[in-house]
Amino acid sequence: MRVGVITFPGTLDDRDAARAVVVGGAEAVSLWHGDADLKSVDAVVLPGGFSYGDYLRCGAISRFAPVMQLVIEAANKGMPVLGICNGFQVLCESHLLPGALTRNSDLHFLCRDQVIEVVNNQTAWTNSFKQGEKIVIPLKNGEGSFQCDDQTLAMLEGEGRVIARYLGENPNGSRNLIAGISNAKGNVIGLMPHPEHAINELTGPSAQGLGFFTSILNAMVK
Amino acid sequence: MAKIVVDVMLKPEILDPQGNAVASALPRLGFNFAKSVRQGKRFEIEIEGEPTAAQIAEVEKAAEVLLSNPVIENFVVRVEK
Repeated sequence: MRVGVITFPGTLDDRDAARAVVVGGAEAVSLWHGDADLKSVDAVVLPGGFSYGDYLRCGAISRFAPVMQLVIEAANKGMPVLGICNGFQVLCESHLLPGALTRNSDLHFLCRDQVIEVVNNQTAWTNSFKQGEKIVIPLKNGEGSFQCDDQTLAMLEGEGRVIARYLGENPNGSRNLIAGISNAKGNVIGLMPHPEHAINELTGPSAQGLGFFTSILNAMVK
Repeated sequence: MAKIVVDVMLKPEILDPQGNAVASALPRLGFNFAKSVRQGKRFEIEIEGEPTAAQIAEVEKAAEVLLSNPVIENFVVRVEK
């Protein structure tokens, strides 16, 4: 199984994401933002970073990259897509996910180990977790406050599309402590904290982030 | 040559931490006039000649697609003499 990892100019976490894909048991395929070809991948990870320098708005310019036109098309047909941090911002700007990520409520760039609860383990990227499982993975962002209107929030909550929530104090002002959401089909996930930095206890706060990358294999085998 | 200005502001219901930080910095410097502050973006677009209605419509479209995110922001397009 082939999982594409996209590199935009300014992406930081593509190497870690590719490594997490491999440790999870799949083949990692590098995709470049200018590619007009998805190289026959079965799923795509949009990693974290500062694509296009976060100019205009985070993810606003990446959305129009050639490779994103193919990702949007494939995602709408059901291909699994995981957007982490900046990748989550790109997915919102691409309208693959509702809402938007705005400046952290206290204006500080955050970098810390964060406890989150997996509140929907029925998606392509979360099925390795137990429902309600609490995991510790890094959270590092400047614009991670998930915002949307009341109607969208009610829809996300009502349809079980909130997939992960922050536990404890709200780190960035996200509505309803939302750390991650899915699209209606459940194949597209946006997640603000970073599971790819938590796949080994030597270098991360836990190895619990690996669950996102083993989930995608389960989803494909089914 | 004319200038088309696009002002982009966060919607009123969206929290603006940057505006709040400016609002709290003002009184520290002795400026006590502000009840609140909202911070936005301004784009200045130069075009050749006087803008036609079609050009302004095109700028409106660009403002909706690229310059603003309609989920969280409103925009206003105007021609500056």
